Amino acid sequence: MSIDKVWVLAESAEGVPTSITLELLTRARSMGAVTEAVAWGSGTAGLAGELGNYGATTVYDVGDIGDALPGAPVAGAMAELIVAGNRPDVILVPASYDGRDVAARLSVRLDAPVITNVVDVDSDGDSVSSQHGLFGGAQVATARFTGAHPWIFVVRAKSFTAEASGGAAPQVVAAPAPELGATNGAKVLARHAEERTGPKLDEADVVVSGGRGLGGAEHYAMIEELAKLLHGAAGASRAIVDAGWVPYSHQVGQTGKTVKPTLYVACGISGATQHLVGMKGSKNIIAINKDQDAPIFSVADLGIVGDVHKVVPKLIEALKAHG
Amino acid sequence: MNVVVCVKQIPDPAAPQALDPQTHTLVREGKLIMDDSDAYGVEMGLQLAEAAGGGEVTLVSMAPGGETSGLRTALAMGAAKAILVSDDALKGSDALSTAKVLAKAIARAEPDLVIAATESTDGYTGTTPVQVAELLGFPSVSFAKKVSVGDGRVHVERQTEAGYDEVDCPLPAVVTVTAGVVEPRYPSFKGIMAAKSKPVDQLTVADLGLDAAQVGAAGARQEVTAVTAADERKAGEIVVDEGDGYEHIVRFLEQLKLV
Repeated sequence: MSIDKVWVLAESAEGVPTSITLELLTRARSMGAVTEAVAWGSGTAGLAGELGNYGATTVYDVGDIGDALPGAPVAGAMAELIVAGNRPDVILVPASYDGRDVAARLSVRLDAPVITNVVDVDSDGDSVSSQHGLFGGAQVATARFTGAHPWIFVVRAKSFTAEASGGAAPQVVAAPAPELGATNGAKVLARHAEERTGPKLDEADVVVSGGRGLGGAEHYAMIEELAKLLHGAAGASRAIVDAGWVPYSHQVGQTGKTVKPTLYVACGISGATQHLVGMKGSKNIIAINKDQDAPIFSVADLGIVGDVHKVVPKLIEALKAHG
Repeated sequence: MNVVVCVKQIPDPAAPQALDPQTHTLVREGKLIMDDSDAYGVEMGLQLAEAAGGGEVTLVSMAPGGETSGLRTALAMGAAKAILVSDDALKGSDALSTAKVLAKAIARAEPDLVIAATESTDGYTGTTPVQVAELLGFPSVSFAKKVSVGDGRVHVERQTEAGYDEVDCPLPAVVTVTAGVVEPRYPSFKGIMAAKSKPVDQLTVADLGLDAAQVGAAGARQEVTAVTAADERKAGEIVVDEGDGYEHIVRFLEQLKLV
């Protein structure tokens, strides 16, 4: 079973492919197979050029899904293509809110298992294996499929570096729209975007995150101030998101965003497995925590054993004085 | 309203975790507890059933060795009963096989609403609930941070990259909830006592009408081939703050040319 064709589930936001889509296309291309993308929405024609620029030679267009959530209609269209004989050997899916829904429904429609939480994909001739961080990334598991193609891998953001191939505009092929019945019942009534100043959390060069050690929601302001001074984004541990101090969109970790900034500053974060998974790949890590045995210090390049309420305000003052 | 809440019983995450060196599956020995992530779903289910003015919460779980410790916790919170699928044939099941088992068990409870966590704390594949939805022919709304039910529909605030979507969905449906969606209640003493006598219907793979060859290690079409230690980050400099901790940070930032 050679690897002749790889599909990438192509997500877009604000009219352009998401970063992870370009990362997956780059990886798919390097497997030496025909690289194709599956996209949806009313603007697929506008996305095609960029998808081609990263290696897609064909884009299957599911079309405008209206106010439906993508899971059922996109998985349905993909399954129709595959059952009709257009069979990819590997499908790479972004580990995003919608990507996971599509992969799950596609898995059932094809009766094909899924491998999720992938952080690397290796291909060698006919075999493809994936890597997964375990226990907060302390161990790495290698996994592979043993059954028939297609093999569906759900890949975490920033597992690969996106590189353009300079490929030509791909052909855009309309995908079939199957009967979905009740499964397509969920409809979006309204979309709400949280206000954001500064760079996006998962694209920022500097990320400053706060955790339980802040002691209360009112102290998160100093995390935001420090982030702003460093032209970065403010993040959070799951503990304080669960506690309702900050919105979920700030969460860094297994269930939140994966970040790999030049600098990550962890303030009052103990470093639970759940958090380490999402930030361990940062180039430089500074940790400030009262507990010198906190696991966060095991990944820190610079660890300050101290009270965030003392260290961070002084740091903010010093940076302001610095100009 | 019949609410089914999926409950995973897992090894205590606070205890050291390990993989079986032969099978590369998570060691699941000793007492299992309810996954913390599921406490939110149980609480949500109880609140919705109460708000609907009738109906009850049925728990569905798949666990080895007839394990009920985690289920008793959820029963003590107020769930009415539980369905437990326990069968040696299920050892080594992948997410899709698990979904097939859960879907069969859930169908028995004739649910209006199925609630699950977005992902488990131990395996975190995060696909099982939506696979269950597809198997049952239900719509699904994942990553719910707020849920209400009325007029045969579920209304959800669904987490997105940018913020959240308001989603409306007819019942029956599967909803996955994020942690923090509600504050899980602590079981009362009365609840704990009552939980001991609440019914737990224990089923095997055969009871569900599934073929044992399609589940467990026999039916898994994926395998872990190796587990290795990750590259360790080299140990950094640790400084105890004596009022000058911030100066170390400023110097570090200067080295990175960030200030």
